[in-house]
Amino acid sequence: MSGGASSWAFGEQDARRIQVILNQFLIDSNARTALIVDRTGQLVATVGEPPVFDSTAFATLTAADFSANDQLARMLGEPEFGALFHQGERESMYLADVARRVILVVLFDNRSTLGLVKLRVRTAVPELVKVFTEMFSRDASASPPVEKGILGDAEDEIDKLFGV
Amino acid sequence: MSMINYASREINCKLVYYGPGLGGKTTNLEHVYNKIAPTARGKMISLATETERTLFFDFLPVDLGTIRGFKVKFHLYTVPGQVYYNASRKLILKGVDGVVFVADSQIERMEANIEAMQNLYDNMSQHGYDLTQIPFVIQYNKRDLPNAAPITELQAALNPGWPVEDPQKQRVTADPFRAGEFLVTEQDGQWVERAPYFEAVAMTGEGVFDTLKAVSKLVVKTLG
Repeated sequence: MSGGASSWAFGEQDARRIQVILNQFLIDSNARTALIVDRTGQLVATVGEPPVFDSTAFATLTAADFSANDQLARMLGEPEFGALFHQGERESMYLADVARRVILVVLFDNRSTLGLVKLRVRTAVPELVKVFTEMFSRDASASPPVEKGILGDAEDEIDKLFGV
Repeated sequence: MSMINYASREINCKLVYYGPGLGGKTTNLEHVYNKIAPTARGKMISLATETERTLFFDFLPVDLGTIRGFKVKFHLYTVPGQVYYNASRKLILKGVDGVVFVADSQIERMEANIEAMQNLYDNMSQHGYDLTQIPFVIQYNKRDLPNAAPITELQAALNPGWPVEDPQKQRVTADPFRAGEFLVTEQDGQWVERAPYFEAVAMTGEGVFDTLKAVSKLVVKTLG
């Protein structure tokens, strides 16, 4: 049993690979924005039109939404709901699982359709799964270390910020 | 599970406030939200019932600033304390980097505290995490109430300590947050470690930042 969940690192090379996949996906699907959110609620990447909302809060709620629905699936005897769809009057969102660790969130309006988004997600997800599976299986020590000295500086910042 | 995003130069850490219902977890977050510089915090989100009981979680992102080129962010969460919301409690613990257990000091709430602590250990281990190996602090809240139990009683019930198996850790270790007290001690030939604890009155803010400071520093230490 580990202390906590293992940390993972997301490198610039990973970001570029994901960007290429998602850019192509946005062109093919006519969707506005694609986001990658990890299952703990942290935003990993955003591609396409920059969101006008608070993306940190959005990522947290997305992960909670997906997790809650995961539990509902189990109650129904399903291993998971691999995808979710929320329909609005103008804006809609489609969420798809990637490698059981992150979620692809697609925001689209009436320039696209659910059918088209679903179809293109089917192509994009396996490509994303490949990138993330490689990323998670990579030896953590292969990531560049966080610069030494961050500890002392962080403690000072904590004192300053929470010393209110 | 802190996530280091080298592409956006961000480090995100998840802190979870756990504990029995009506113990003051949301009040802790509200105090942080109200007192911290508005530029250093994001929007506070509460998924609560009409009577303001936490249904799913409260969430408050806090921005520590840029340290050595990395934006360091803490994501503060509370869980619903009521017993029957265990499914949502368990979900929130996913990927946790540090835990604050907010205990209700009132003597009548002792059973509820013990039950919540047991539930925390259970849910952590179901995720495959070991509470004794991650940053973990206890806050004894509502110290101002006349029916607050003595600290020694609360410590005995909620923080009796866990055995220290690692020989390198088997040495008397001072409590960095409490002069004259110790976190690792030897008792009857057995080495025992306790979680750091803090006294608080979350309604007035007393002890809220001491608790947050302590758990944040412990989490930052795990980053290396």
